[in-house]
Amino acid sequence: MTQDEDADSVFLAEAAELQAGIERNLLDLAEAPDNRDLIDALFRDLHTLKGSGAMFGHVELAHFLHGFETAFEALREPGGTASDPLIRVALQACDQIGALLENPSAASPGNTPILDRLAAALDKTPGDAPESLAEVGWRIDFALGPDALGLGTNVPALLSELEALAPGHVRVNCDLSGLPPLETLNPLAPQMSWTVVVAAPVSREAIDEVFLFVRDDLTLTVEPFGQEAAATTVDTAPDSATARPERRGAAEHATMRVATTRLDEIMDRVGELVIAESRLHDLSQTLRDATLMAVAEDIRRLASGMRETTMSIRMVPIGNLFGRFRRLVHDLSEQLGKPMECACSGGETELDKTVIEVLTDPLVHILRNAADHGLENGEARAAAGKPHSGTISLSAAHAGAEVHIRIHDDGRGLDDERLRNRAIERDLLPPGSTVSGPDLYRLIFEPGFSTATTVTELSGRGVGMDVVRSAIQSLRGQIDVDSEPGHGTTVTLRLPLTLAIADGLLVDVGGERYSIPVSAVEECVELPHDLISGSGRSSFLDIRGELVPFLRLADVFETPGPRSEFQKVVIVAGLNGRVGLVVDRIVSNAQTVIKQLSRVHAGVKAFSGATILGDGKVALILDVGHLISLGRTLEDRMRIQQGAA
Amino acid sequence: MQVVTLTLSGETLAVPTRNLREILEPVPVTRVPRAGRFAFGLINVRGAVIPLTDLRVALGMTRAEPDEHTRMLVLDVPVAGEQTTVAVIADRVLDVTEIDDAALGDIPEVGMKWPPEFLSGIARTDAGFVILPDLERIYAASLGTASGTPQYDKEI
Repeated sequence: MTQDEDADSVFLAEAAELQAGIERNLLDLAEAPDNRDLIDALFRDLHTLKGSGAMFGHVELAHFLHGFETAFEALREPGGTASDPLIRVALQACDQIGALLENPSAASPGNTPILDRLAAALDKTPGDAPESLAEVGWRIDFALGPDALGLGTNVPALLSELEALAPGHVRVNCDLSGLPPLETLNPLAPQMSWTVVVAAPVSREAIDEVFLFVRDDLTLTVEPFGQEAAATTVDTAPDSATARPERRGAAEHATMRVATTRLDEIMDRVGELVIAESRLHDLSQTLRDATLMAVAEDIRRLASGMRETTMSIRMVPIGNLFGRFRRLVHDLSEQLGKPMECACSGGETELDKTVIEVLTDPLVHILRNAADHGLENGEARAAAGKPHSGTISLSAAHAGAEVHIRIHDDGRGLDDERLRNRAIERDLLPPGSTVSGPDLYRLIFEPGFSTATTVTELSGRGVGMDVVRSAIQSLRGQIDVDSEPGHGTTVTLRLPLTLAIADGLLVDVGGERYSIPVSAVEECVELPHDLISGSGRSSFLDIRGELVPFLRLADVFETPGPRSEFQKVVIVAGLNGRVGLVVDRIVSNAQTVIKQLSRVHAGVKAFSGATILGDGKVALILDVGHLISLGRTLEDRMRIQQGAA
Repeated sequence: MQVVTLTLSGETLAVPTRNLREILEPVPVTRVPRAGRFAFGLINVRGAVIPLTDLRVALGMTRAEPDEHTRMLVLDVPVAGEQTTVAVIADRVLDVTEIDDAALGDIPEVGMKWPPEFLSGIARTDAGFVILPDLERIYAASLGTASGTPQYDKEI
């Protein structure tokens, strides 16, 4: 029972991948409508999905896919091209595959209309092979090799796949003459052969694909009968039939599916290993025993190798996500009636899988905004002398320990004047403010901020963008917005490679140690003498002519310990500004394995997590965003006081 | 019901052993600023960061200085519907014993020095009265307050 369930979940995972592949190929096909390789790849995926679907009891799905294949058959004929309407229906069919995967048992009323439309788009009725061609077909002789049954060849499945090629037009004949008497029969060494006659004009490739995975284990001859079939299909067969098996085989051995929870467990163990290793390292440094130090050095090397390998397992190329967005842009284009294209680059850039998961929603919001507000409609574009079709480009690239994801549209750009007015209206800027550029654009991520005059189904409610900000903040990332009037807007997301490990600046506040994410640290300065004696929670620091509020962490955290004579200020910057944090000492710069705080501490906003130090003690990781907003409230208070004075 | 008994401020408390993960000698505690007195710290239990809580704060008891008998109990408690590992401080761990359900008395409405909302029962044993704190409710109450200190409705 559980084995069946396991098998089914493996099938579903594979099917989802195949479905994504089909979608991707369809979208590619929209751009290159007569690309043979794409059409072939499409058929391969459809066929594999149909085969494994039938094998795992997804009858409805197999049936639907068969119709899909048949309807698409016209594309394979010489000169067949994929028209736009065809791609549109095919994408719907692709969605229907998803629906059937989710709910295999339900009768799906959507199947037939989609297949009909598909056929209409191709100008061909699905399923019906013209009567006159029934004479034409294939005679297939095959006998199993000695190991075939031991290796799991399933003859009934092969036969039913052949049957599925041309339901009602397949005759099977089994030759039992080679069978020895029962007492000498070896059930694993079959001595039977089959003759199958497929009396329908199916392609040679379709037959080869049935035997794709078992070719090496059996002797197979496929002969056409009827002249036309011999002439048109045999020529194309050899290269595609021989090239494929090895490639498939290699891919199957190269990968393996593992539950993500197991990966998470490994990551936790590795995290602990890294901590234990650094304790060992500290110990060996204290004891100064040469043998111990040598072992500690070895363990350090192994642990860091282990960590890198484990991290790499969790890395996923962002291209999978991009594939989904191409579909989104395609759909948005129709929904909004604006011509637009999606250009993706850097899909091979890898990111931690948890980062990718969290990233999906924010990217959808940004794309929708770009499509709805950024891009103009066809007439406006023509008037501005731009290409008829708008372009949204998505790109990803590594930059040091960060990944930069850029979403650019070539639309009208942000309107500084309107943004400023809206910000003043919302009390986000003081009246008469002249803020411009990135500082102004940052405000679009404030809750409830939307300059759209009309609220559409897609955007304009001002909800999306602050969701973007909080998601990116939770990933410890940054957002930059840049815009050029008339030429478009660029949103750049800067994200850490992984969430599990980060560089931390370890500081000492009254004898307690805290970790500050290095990615947020701008610089460290001495606290000027005249400010050391000051008490209270905050004041301002002059950083090259700019006033930066600073917080005395010892006061914010009510630390009982003694204060250092030479205090330092760590300037941190986030999405919402910057603030100086006064500490007693900067201890070190170290890699930290981040542990989430439990629900019990959910109400404590000043910390984003905790980490375990080399000596086994726990250190809290400061939440830079929260401290900056603390600093900002102080700044506001001062501004009000100044205004009053 | 099998329980582990412990003392806090001279009172005897019992925690079901099904909640108990392990009992630790005191380990270094990291203070969590702005977390209030209840969930006041974090400890490292073999590589996991576990919140350390003080039931005395929830039950309105006075706090004692740690001594050689002080222990930390690591418990699994459902907090807001999610199984969470937490640690509590005990002045002393006494015994693992069996409490007969029949020995569990109702909580008297009046004359109690502890908030009745945070108790799931009181049992009379050979060694005297034993209090069973309602851990689930205590932790749930600590989530709703700004300081993280459990408050019971009557006081508010």
